[in-house]
Order: sequence, then structure tokens, then C-alpha cells
Amino acid sequence: MKMVIAIIKPFKLEDVRDALVAIGVHGMTASEVKGYGRQKGHTEIYRGAEYVVNFLPKIRIEVAVPSDRVGATVEAIIASAKTGQIGDGKIFVTAIDQAVRIRTGETDVDAL
Amino acid sequence: MTRDNGRMACGIAATLGLVFAAAPALAQEMTSKIDGGDTAWMISATALVLMMTIPGLALFYCGMVRKKNVLATMAQSVACTAVCSLLWFAVGYSLSFAGDAPWLGTFERLFLRGIGMETTSVFAPTIPELLYVVYQMTFAIITVALIAGAVADRMRFSAFLWFVAGWLLFVYVPIAHWVWGGGFLASAGVLDFAGGTVVHLNAGVAGLVAAYVLGKRHGYGTDNFAPHDLSLAVIGTGLLWVGWIGFNGGSALGANSRAAFAITATHLAASTGALTWMFLEWSTRGKPSVLGMITGAIAGLGAITPASGFVLPWHGVIIGLIAGAICFWACTSLKLRLGYDDSLDVFGVHGIGGATGTLLTGVFAVAALSASPDAPQGSPGLFEGNARQVLIQLYAVVTVLIWSGVLTYILLKVIGLLVPLRVSEPHEIEGLDLTQHGEALQ
Repeated sequence: MKMVIAIIKPFKLEDVRDALVAIGVHGMTASEVKGYGRQKGHTEIYRGAEYVVNFLPKIRIEVAVPSDRVGATVEAIIASAKTGQIGDGKIFVTAIDQAVRIRTGETDVDAL
Repeated sequence: MTRDNGRMACGIAATLGLVFAAAPALAQEMTSKIDGGDTAWMISATALVLMMTIPGLALFYCGMVRKKNVLATMAQSVACTAVCSLLWFAVGYSLSFAGDAPWLGTFERLFLRGIGMETTSVFAPTIPELLYVVYQMTFAIITVALIAGAVADRMRFSAFLWFVAGWLLFVYVPIAHWVWGGGFLASAGVLDFAGGTVVHLNAGVAGLVAAYVLGKRHGYGTDNFAPHDLSLAVIGTGLLWVGWIGFNGGSALGANSRAAFAITATHLAASTGALTWMFLEWSTRGKPSVLGMITGAIAGLGAITPASGFVLPWHGVIIGLIAGAICFWACTSLKLRLGYDDSLDVFGVHGIGGATGTLLTGVFAVAALSASPDAPQGSPGLFEGNARQVLIQLYAVVTVLIWSGVLTYILLKVIGLLVPLRVSEPHEIEGLDLTQHGEALQ
């Protein structure tokens, strides 16, 4: 089992969700985060006082999938989250030691 | 430490409660000239001006501070309203408006004694004196509340309460008496319709002094101090702008044409101030900010305040334009050059705006507007041939500047001996909401 973590632009969340549902991946956790990579921030001015805002809003999604579905999942995220502009985000894949469905007690792949 | 402060506060409150419980005897007056129309308008005006502080100013200010200090900023407006109201009722009104000595009022209206159903004040002969008391009270409240903006984000709440009480009694009351209560500035012919000196210059100078005495906020110039929610500030501006109809319109002390002239000049000054700042910012910074628009409006409103009942509507446009430009310069260039941290630009907007408007009143004053049966010649300004009026206005500006500046400084230093003026640095970093009030926006 692998955890696919993707940092994406906030307005792309629905597109990514639709793409994952289309390939049979149901279930996702999304959180609002701030971050930066190579995308520059912006400047805000309040009564002559300038502030450079470096951290930009992003969405972090986490999707747990069986190891044999990682490739399809990553491709689906890339296709739906990409705009071609700097700041599209990144995807990280990590290993999951254990998974449990709380309601039924199913474990590992049955819990995904 | 905090619990002892709480117990001491309760003890003082209990003592004051017993004192306030002594009701004043209702005196019987002879013929009263109380006019229903004037009284109805002045009751409404009182409500409008009170609304300017709660929640007008509270929202205007809290929208501009950081999220961790929003509730604390509002608390200052609320507490100021409550403290000033009680002190005004007890002794503030009397020392401002009773008697005719040049320097200070008398105690003849202590706890409003001697005021009955038919009593009127010599300054507002067609409305009940009690209404005049409450109307003037709303002016005292907002003047003190304005100062809080200069020291936002860093003043200890207990020190602020002491400051409110002391400043009202030692700074506001004397100046109110000098300009409006028959004191020496009024005798000298100073024209201040609704508080260019008494309210705006006064609060502005005090704010500047307080900003210097308390020092800059931690992280000033380096950290991100972006406003928490400017939409609150815009709502606050709306309440202030509309409330000013009561502030300047009510200063006519009657439901009459002069009030209409005051309201019109006021509204035009606000509009012009907003646009002036907007265009200045658009051309110098590239974008017209909402914060700039609302600040420009307030600058125009502050400047027109002393002039509103003395000038024609189109003068309001000119005054709004000049104030918008000067205050824009003061809040951007002057502030940076002098290096003070006036958190919410109380000096740059109200101080400079009030002084500008007070001087311009001497330039634009039209005698016909101030003519009355008691003074048929009215009060002309420079453009009507009376150049001396500008000097008289300058005399008022300098006097108020000195008194407010010096007394504010002394008051802060004395309070600082009892309790630290600032919160500790860790508390300032954590935020005043949590550390001063035990609350937080969720």
C-alpha cells in the first residue's frame, strides 16, 4: 500500500477528485496549507506599508492506494492538476505500514 | 496580580455605586423654550454619534489590526464608552460646560444636580439640558476611543483604563471647556463647529505622543502586519460616515437649515477625501486600495468637522480634497520620516486632518451661516475679508496641541509608574486577545 501525497493549486481540487473517482480511487483527505517552491509571492500595500507574502495557499491531498495502482493514480493527478504555470505543485509517494477501516475492522488492502 | 486588580476594581465600583445612588433633586425652571423638533433631532443625533464609537470605530479599528488583537481592540472601544459615560455623568459635563470661568467649568452640575425636566443649557437653549449632556458625552467618548488606535496591538488593558479616565478629565474636559464651554478660546473667537480641535487634533496629538511613549510594536517594519479583515473596517467606515450626520449635523443643536448645510458639506468632504486618496494612491502605487478610500473619507470627515456649520457645501469639496492630499502625505511620507509607529494613523488622519480643517475654517467661514439673533454679524473668514480669523484658528491649534501633547505625556508617565503601559513582549507576540482577555476568534 502506498500513500500518494499531492500539493496542488486550490482551484484544481474538484478536477483532481473527478479524475481519481474516474479511475476507481474512492476516498481522499484534503487540507488547506500554505507553501512555496519556485513560484514567487505577491506584494500587498497598506497605507504605504508594503508586505511581501511568500507563502501561497495550496491544497494538500492524501490518497491511500494499493501498490499496483500508484502509477495510474499519479498520472491521473498530474493530468487533472496541471496548468503548465509555475506553482502547479508536487506529488510524493510514501509507503503505508498498516491500514484499518474503523467501522468494520478490515485491514490493509481491504481497508482502502 | 490580575485577581488583585479585579478585587480592587470591584471595590472602587461599589464605592462609586453608593455615590451615584444619590439622585439629584429636580429643580423647577421658569419658562422653558424646549422645542420638540430640535429635541427630536438631537436625540437622533446622539444615537448616531454613539453608534460611531460602538460599533463604528470598533469595527473600523479592529478590521485593521492582526487577528490575534481584534477582540482586544474592540474591548478598548467598549470599555472606553462605559468609563467615559460614567465619568462624564459624574463630573465631566460639569467641569466642561457649567459656569463661565475661562479655564475650567464649575462643580455646579456635579452628578447632574440641578437638571430638571425643563432645564436648558445656555449653549443649547431649545433642547433639554440632559439631552445636551448626553450628546456631548458621545463626543467625549469617541475622542478618547480614537487614541486607542495609535497604540493598538501593544497597550496593557489595565493601563488603558487608567489612561481613559485620566485623559478624559485632564485633557478632554479642559479643552472642551475652552472651545465649547465658554472658555478662553471661545472668548477669543475660535470657530470649531463640531470638534476639529476638541476631538480630532486633540486625539491625534495624544495618539502621536502615546505612540512615541509606548514605542514601536514588536516586529514593526519586518513582520507582516497585514490587516485581519478589511471588510470590517469598511463596515466601520460606513457607520462612521453615516454617524457623522449626527456628529456635524447635530452640532447645529437644532433641526434647522444650518444642520442641513453642515451635513451637506460633511458628506461632500467625505466623498472628495475618499476620491482624492484613491487617485493619489492609484497614481503613486499603481492600484487604488479600499483601505486608502476609506482612510481618505475619514480624513475628509475629520477636516470638515470644525468647518461644517460655517462653510458652504462646495467648500466641503475643497476641504475634503486638501485634507485627503495632506493626510495621504502624512500617513505615508511623514510617518516614515519621523519614524513613529502610530498603528492606525490616528495622528496622520485625525491630528493632521483636524488641524488642517481648523485652519481652513478660518479661510472659508461664511458669516451668513453663523448669524443669529445674538450675533447678527456672524463669523466671517478670510475670503469674506476677515484674515484675522485664520490667526485665531492657529492660536487654537497651537494651544490644543501643546496642552494635549504635554498632558498626555505626563499622564502616561504617571500611569507607567503604577502599571506597565505595554504588555510583555511574549504576550505581545502571542496576542492581546488571549493574554489580556482570555479569548480568541475561533
